[in-house]
Amino acid sequence: MKLTLKIWRQKNAQTKGNMQTYPIDGIEGDMSFLEMLDVLNTQLIDKGEEPVVFDHDCREGICGTCSLQINGEPHGPDRLITTCQLHMRKFNDGDTIVIEPFRAKAFPVIKDLMVDRSSFERIQQAGGYISVNTSGNTIDANAIPIEKEHADESFNAAACIGCGACVAACKNASAMLFTAAKVSQFALLPQGQVEASRRVLNMVEQMDKEGFGNCTNTGACEIECPKGISLENIARMNREYLSASLKG
Amino acid sequence: MFGFNSFEPYFCASEIFEKKTIMGLIKSSIARKVAMALSGLFLVFFLGQHFVINISSVIDPDTFNSWSHFMGTNGLVQFVLQPVLIFGVVFHFVMGFILELQNRKARAINYKSFKGNLSASWASRNMLISGVVVLAFLGLHFYDFWVPEIVHKYIETHPEDPTRYFPELVHKFESPVRVGLYALSFVLLIFHLWHGFASAFQSVGFNNKYSVGLTKFAKFYAVLIPIGFVFIALYHHFNQIPH
Repeated sequence: MKLTLKIWRQKNAQTKGNMQTYPIDGIEGDMSFLEMLDVLNTQLIDKGEEPVVFDHDCREGICGTCSLQINGEPHGPDRLITTCQLHMRKFNDGDTIVIEPFRAKAFPVIKDLMVDRSSFERIQQAGGYISVNTSGNTIDANAIPIEKEHADESFNAAACIGCGACVAACKNASAMLFTAAKVSQFALLPQGQVEASRRVLNMVEQMDKEGFGNCTNTGACEIECPKGISLENIARMNREYLSASLKG
Repeated sequence: MFGFNSFEPYFCASEIFEKKTIMGLIKSSIARKVAMALSGLFLVFFLGQHFVINISSVIDPDTFNSWSHFMGTNGLVQFVLQPVLIFGVVFHFVMGFILELQNRKARAINYKSFKGNLSASWASRNMLISGVVVLAFLGLHFYDFWVPEIVHKYIETHPEDPTRYFPELVHKFESPVRVGLYALSFVLLIFHLWHGFASAFQSVGFNNKYSVGLTKFAKFYAVLIPIGFVFIALYHHFNQIPH
């Protein structure tokens, strides 16, 4: 397969970037998108040029490290997958592929296609956990009966891998779906109730501080999310937030 | 780090979890989103009430005159509900613009390629465009109906005539240009309501087994009411009272 790649190149966070064009040949349909970039980088290194920097880790769709806006969509032109699970058979011979980093003020570019998503970590640190005494007398979580529907919904929310596709897909660069998933996974469980109010207030406050945009319910985040996190989580977070605010 | 059987984690956590004040609520993105939703729902309700009165002009001019006379002379409507309505309109638009500016700042560098249409409807992505057109229409509407009404009642202080409303309404729809602008604005209002009405429920946290039905009702309302207003305008345009 012969392709033309238009890739965002940026030396570092301080310099301005631009799109650069790279023709590439010999790409097979069974290659993953990241393997295609590996081929490109090998060619660039052979020519003595700087390889393209991009995020990746597990390459099996569970770590949330790979990102990339591919032809205008986060994780490319397929649903419920991450970039590492995208195969080149989704493209045709002769295609031009535009590859950009996830764009948001709260996701500054580190280099080329790699962005700093530590804003997500700071949102988690603001309350996305439960305080448990783990010094030897921890109660087994399975000892507490939990309604099946709640356990399932909580699990679905916990499937969020924090990749940032929701922010990348949103026209407002809003992080509501991510924050809502992290709030919901505890809000639905008895273990999460003790710190429920403080959790949602602090996580939303941190989300706002990071400079993400406001949610306008377009639903793009849900469509582009590789783990299918539902908009119901945002409604749940809104309820939790209002109830926590009114309690004072 | 934490002592056996101690509640130390909670004491540590309390330093991080500061008590939130009402100011925190006002500044929060969720509170603003809920405020937009509630003001929008209030305006949607007002629009329905306005439509019921206007459609009576097609069915029975006397009923239209009597309802308009009530709305135009009742103290509660004039001096309580009318200012609340004006505040609701101004608040909804001002807050809409503030949120739009914040949203634009949240993505300082735009994508070279962004296929927003693959994951979200045109109506949901362009609330600013439909909102600005509706705002421009409201300006015209105030100039056309509301200002003359205020001048008539409170500045020129004409004696109240309970039969004047119907002929005045029909006369307003004489001009084809005005009817055209009126129709165009209401088409844009369909797009605004198509996303805005249903989305308001999600914003206030209402997303459950009734949401599908509620969304269908909201979308039906979003089409029916503006089309109804256009119908009223066209009806009176083609059924002018001879001068």
